[in-house]
Amino acid sequence: MNKQEAILEYTLRIADDSLLLGHRISEWCGHGPILEEDIALTNIALDLIGQATNFFDYAAKVQGEGKTCDDLAFLRLEREYKNVLLVEQKNGHFGDTIARQFFFDVFRKLFFESLSKSTDQDLAAIAEKSLKETRYHLKHSSEWIIRLGDGTQESHDKIQGSVDYLWKFTDELFFMDQVDELLIKENIAVDLTALKANWKSYISEIFQEATLNIPTNGWQQAGGRKGLHSEHMGYALAELQYMQRAYPNMQW
Amino acid sequence: MVKKEKIWELLEQVFDPEVPVLNIVDLGIVRTVEMNDHTCKVTITPTYSGCPAMKTIEEEIQKLFQENDIEVEIESTLSPAWTTDWISENGKNKLREYGIAPPENEVDKSVLFAEATVVPCPLCKSKNTKMVSLFGSTACKAHYQCNECLEPFDYFKCLR
Ligand SMILES: [Zn+2]
Repeated sequence: MNKQEAILEYTLRIADDSLLLGHRISEWCGHGPILEEDIALTNIALDLIGQATNFFDYAAKVQGEGKTCDDLAFLRLEREYKNVLLVEQKNGHFGDTIARQFFFDVFRKLFFESLSKSTDQDLAAIAEKSLKETRYHLKHSSEWIIRLGDGTQESHDKIQGSVDYLWKFTDELFFMDQVDELLIKENIAVDLTALKANWKSYISEIFQEATLNIPTNGWQQAGGRKGLHSEHMGYALAELQYMQRAYPNMQW
Repeated sequence: MVKKEKIWELLEQVFDPEVPVLNIVDLGIVRTVEMNDHTCKVTITPTYSGCPAMKTIEEEIQKLFQENDIEVEIESTLSPAWTTDWISENGKNKLREYGIAPPENEVDKSVLFAEATVVPCPLCKSKNTKMVSLFGSTACKAHYQCNECLEPFDYFKCLR
């Protein structure tokens, strides 16, 4: 693998995380528990899809095959998507969505803080832009974790259940392989092992206020970064890709 | 040759479709204007990554310049990232008059749950207001309500 291939793969991983989560949250449009929350979730989805667009644009440029952002977003096969399993999980109930978002937002804030210092000017610029939005996302999900955890017995039990279920997908956020190794040497990629302690301590802090427990179950599930997805991915892609598959090259 | 001042004047006639009281110069998204012999290059930057207004704004610029027989090349840049600090004083006044509270100087966003920012009501000027939702009618706004006159209003939230 050369440097160009590594940057392409690296950028697609980030883009796919944003795309799939943005797609998932957009499914809440019109279904939010209250109007304000419906609007908040769709705003966050819009930010994530906007970030995905920027990363896909850059990936297409690096690839240099004349493909567009849309080709990459809509016309790859399931195994070519490299997002983590966490972001493709189903929305479930509102607590499930918030727990998934919270784990991701904490990671993303730390990740973009580091990536904005990358020696790759394009990645750094997109990260700097995305970071400002991610801070709002994190504030939103943190406040909900506290409100649900420290709310009624029912909301507490439900959000603890969401946390317990999704915990097994969190280790994969810190997955690294030869792509990362190659790019870390050039100060392009972020060394994720360095982020993990901060990720966990932030979560502990919020969980303490939310009277929630960090799961102790050690089993972790991974595969997304290698293109091996959970059963939910196919359904998400079916909806995401439907128009382009049914009407190739259609324009909005 | 067209003067640079003329270009800026034209750009002041292009408005943000989501906040129609602000032109794109007041909004601070026009970064640079470069002049060549027969063409000019305008560099703009998005407010938010997923801002759906960017495309409309580009089209508006193209249209207006075409009407004025000026060839324009529009480039979009992400860095340095747009911040609400770039909204002009003039722009902030226009927002207030329109009923949207302009961005307040907020402390570092990374400090969670710091004391909530005081956002004065654009209608009655009372500082006794509350945040209803961090996310409002568009990506750039939060939803507030005045406790005195009960007016619900948009707050153009601080982005730094
Ligand atoms: Zn008022």
